[in-house]
Amino acid sequence: MSHDHDDDALRPNPDALLARMQRETAVARRGRLKVFIGMCPGVGKTYAMLQAAQARQRGGEEVLVGIVETHGRTETEALLAGLAIAPRAQFEYKGATLNELDLDAILLWHPPVVIVDELAHTNAPGSRHPKRYQDVRELLDAGIDVFTTVNVQHLESRADTVYQITGVPVRETVPDSVLDLADEIVLVDLTPAQLRARLAEGKVYLGGARAAAAAENFFKESNLTALREMALRYVAEHVDRDLRDLMRSEAIAGPWKTGDRLLVAISASPFSEKLIRYTRRLAATMEGSWIAAFIDTGQALDEPAQARLARHLTLARQLGAEVVSVPGTDVGETLLALARQHNVTQIVLGKPLGSRWRHWLTARASPVDWLIRHSGEIDIHMIRPEGEARGPRASLHFGSSRTGPREYVAATVVAGVVTGVCLLLSPFTGYWTIALIYLLAVVLASTRLGRGAMFYLAALSALLWDFLFIPPLYTFYIREVPDFVMLGTYFVVALVTGQFTTRLRERERAERWRQERATALYRLTRALAAGRSLDESLATAAELLKNSFGAEVAFWLRDTAGIAPHRASTFALDAKDESVAAWAFQKKQPAGRFTDTLPDAAALHLPLVAGQHAAGVLSLRLTGGALNLEQRELLDAFAAQLAVFLEKERAVEATRAAQLAAQSERLQKTLFDSVSHELKTPLTALAAALEQAEPDRSELQQAVRRLTRTVDHLLDVTRLESGLLRPAREWIDPGELAREAIGLARLDARAVTIHAPPQMAPVFVDAGLIEQALVVLLSNAENYAPIELSIRNENGAILFQVEDRGPGLAAGEEQKVFEKFYRGASQRTGGLGLGLAIAKGLVEAHGGTITAANRADGRGARFSIRLPLGAPMQLPADISSEPAA
Amino acid sequence: MMKATVALVIDDEVQIRRLLRVALEAAGYVVHEAGTGQQGLVEIAMRRPDVVLLDLGLPDLAGLAVLGRLREWSEVPVLILSVRDDESDKVAALDAGADDYVTKPFGTAELLARLRVAQRRARPAEENAVFARRGFVVDLVARRVTRDGQEIKLTATEYALLRLFVRHAGRVITHRQILREVWGPKSEEHRQYLRVYVTHLRQKIEHHPTAPELIKTEPGIGYRFASAEEDAKANSK
Repeated sequence: MSHDHDDDALRPNPDALLARMQRETAVARRGRLKVFIGMCPGVGKTYAMLQAAQARQRGGEEVLVGIVETHGRTETEALLAGLAIAPRAQFEYKGATLNELDLDAILLWHPPVVIVDELAHTNAPGSRHPKRYQDVRELLDAGIDVFTTVNVQHLESRADTVYQITGVPVRETVPDSVLDLADEIVLVDLTPAQLRARLAEGKVYLGGARAAAAAENFFKESNLTALREMALRYVAEHVDRDLRDLMRSEAIAGPWKTGDRLLVAISASPFSEKLIRYTRRLAATMEGSWIAAFIDTGQALDEPAQARLARHLTLARQLGAEVVSVPGTDVGETLLALARQHNVTQIVLGKPLGSRWRHWLTARASPVDWLIRHSGEIDIHMIRPEGEARGPRASLHFGSSRTGPREYVAATVVAGVVTGVCLLLSPFTGYWTIALIYLLAVVLASTRLGRGAMFYLAALSALLWDFLFIPPLYTFYIREVPDFVMLGTYFVVALVTGQFTTRLRERERAERWRQERATALYRLTRALAAGRSLDESLATAAELLKNSFGAEVAFWLRDTAGIAPHRASTFALDAKDESVAAWAFQKKQPAGRFTDTLPDAAALHLPLVAGQHAAGVLSLRLTGGALNLEQRELLDAFAAQLAVFLEKERAVEATRAAQLAAQSERLQKTLFDSVSHELKTPLTALAAALEQAEPDRSELQQAVRRLTRTVDHLLDVTRLESGLLRPAREWIDPGELAREAIGLARLDARAVTIHAPPQMAPVFVDAGLIEQALVVLLSNAENYAPIELSIRNENGAILFQVEDRGPGLAAGEEQKVFEKFYRGASQRTGGLGLGLAIAKGLVEAHGGTITAANRADGRGARFSIRLPLGAPMQLPADISSEPAA
Repeated sequence: MMKATVALVIDDEVQIRRLLRVALEAAGYVVHEAGTGQQGLVEIAMRRPDVVLLDLGLPDLAGLAVLGRLREWSEVPVLILSVRDDESDKVAALDAGADDYVTKPFGTAELLARLRVAQRRARPAEENAVFARRGFVVDLVARRVTRDGQEIKLTATEYALLRLFVRHAGRVITHRQILREVWGPKSEEHRQYLRVYVTHLRQKIEHHPTAPELIKTEPGIGYRFASAEEDAKANSK
């Protein structure tokens, strides 16, 4: 077994190979990113970058300077010589003109290499992206190589460590995932002493006098040493990762851990941010993937908490985590279930704060204790909270339940009113009963109030009872032991009952929300499925979205050229939003309002992504403010549902088109085969007959007739299918119709017996067309004499019946014989198989029917044409009957 | 000796032109050819043909347009050459002044018969006051119709129809021409009844009304009263 194991370890891991291949092909399409990293400003990153650029230019590639801040340093400026410099986009902001990277100009220019200084820079409001690193991403996506610079303190995962070391908060950060894109990371290193010397010489740009003062603190030698170490470690980690990647795919045996997967539990607590960064670092070191999970216990979150939670989820996503949001009342159990589901090896938790009274009150172990006891083979990391003061501590406990000042006022009012009632009642009931009345009030109030207000109400009512009712009155002093016990018991019972009710209510609320969400999704699914057409489905969906989010809705569907607005939209987008929608579609990322990309657009644009493709874009113009977390989640679910629906529609459409194509191909082939056969046979006969010295005239005539019939049938069927056929009706004697048809079929009049009453009322038809239909039936019967043609009136219709003495129809052929190109088993050879189809079309154009059957005695076939008889003919009175001369 | 009849063939198909030249020259015609409508009009102006054979499907100018221009300055008899599927074009051409038509593929005998009838129209002096055929006599002056000596009573409409057929014996007459001649310009309401009148007329004048010998139907176009030649042929059988 151990041998096998070694083998496994040595064999290149297919997953790793695949991952590398994917990365390499992605790199082939993408531009290459080269990052110059330094420990702090002033180490000479820009200088190093420009040197590299000059080298590249000398190598024959054009280097475009997208944006570079030289801060007036001459030696840096000198390095710009010979490089093309892109124009800058200018933005007016608060009276100042800001110069920014002109992304569109560079994309248009499309140089092989572009220089973009200061990766962590925040763009001026109104730019396409709020952050410069997003611009860089787009440049890379466009296949342009990018040189850029960054300081280690701006790395998202290092930001709080830097804050801890230097005490200077870092405002501008770059997600580590951007650095992970880097194909090359160059460390620009300087010893702290050298840097301080440069600083003293004034060679470091600090951004004005005031900033310089603040910077003084930052550039302490101890700080610099720590920052330098951090930068070195970061680059080492990166190099390490590349190396290990290589080793694994090349099956170089070496010590590495595999398959580590981390799970971090996050919440709205500000502490979560640290947990996320910690886990990311841990995952990076272990070379493992990680999951950030938010367990939705159904507790209502106030607005700042929701915003914080959303930020945490985004941060985790930015740092490369898989983010999941799972509902569950028990955090511990849900986490563990999630961990097992995802084969997690390590769980990262925040160490709980404060006493355990709450868990004791709710008679349960804390989730942490429970997890540790039940985690089995999964390692648990406990992280100590720190920097907690930056966020409201209360939010970890009561604050997580929605308790605004209004609730405290309400609790006070309840206490006041109940106290008033109790004051009226106490002379009759005694003061112990009062406790029960208070308790009743607390229980009732708990169905409405949050946890904080509940606690407050329980405490307030206990004090009021003590002060106003327990003797001695108007003091908090209690003389009797039973009274004391009573008060204590009251407080605890009130608190616990209140907690339970509140918790119950929260759970109910969460349940209701889940139900609403499920209902909304169900209604959407049903609406989409029930629509008879895409238009109808989308119109219903728009209605539903409008009701659920109070927003105007626009749909954009993929077409050949990109995306096009759909009719079901309830508002029209302006040109700007249109371009934002196009961006969202192209990048398969949300854009517009409340997002990172072009947030000053009027609408929020969500790409409808199913599988590999974006099927379109859903645009919402929200009339209210930002969506809360739950709404946003629902919206995402809606978008996913819509995307799946659209993809399905497309698939169905494609299948239908393919079927149609196959069918028409088959028809084409049949047509081709029979036409070529029908044309070539008589032509061959003609050619052969003409070769002879004395051509057989009857042979020639037969061939010509056959050719003529083939061409006529083709012309007839074309006319029928073109829809140009409009019967020009006239009154005609049915007998005349029949006789003319016999003449047209070039049959000997004696070959056909006509059975018809002597006098028949004229019928109102297009004589030419009906004769043609009869000719088909008669020609088909030609070789099976004797032919009988009967005409009679039957049930308000006129019936023409052609009967022959041929082999008749095979079972089941009654319908098929009228299909195009159908050739009956018993049919004589030759013929296109179009005649009966033509006859059917002609008869149906008159509102009549044509049927086929075998004769009553079973010998021969019978074809019947039924034409409805309208009102009988009335000749115009004028000159119908006066005698001539 | 009579001067040879000059025929002009306007058709874009070389094969058809060659075929017609052979057939017509054998019958004593002098034949000229034109491959396009424009050239045809020029040829008519220069050669002054006695009869024109015009194909409806020309590449440059629709046959119908050639006919329209031609009729502005010439009364030359025109025979339309057409394919089976364009009845409406044939009717339009006949209504626009063409004298008759033959359908491709056609037999030489049929073509020559039609040509002779068309040429006759150009010599109206031949019209007689009395029309007689196989015991069937129409006295156009006395307005009397007899068959084998027995007088046939016709209504005014039937007589008007018969007179029209007789005067154009051998030539096709379109439904519209019949309607215009018999009922006058406001004749549209009668269109649907035309066949019924013809049926009535047949019952009175034909020996076998169910197998008419005098009034032949031209499907989709109109009627043709038996010509003297056809009659002679029928008699000789």
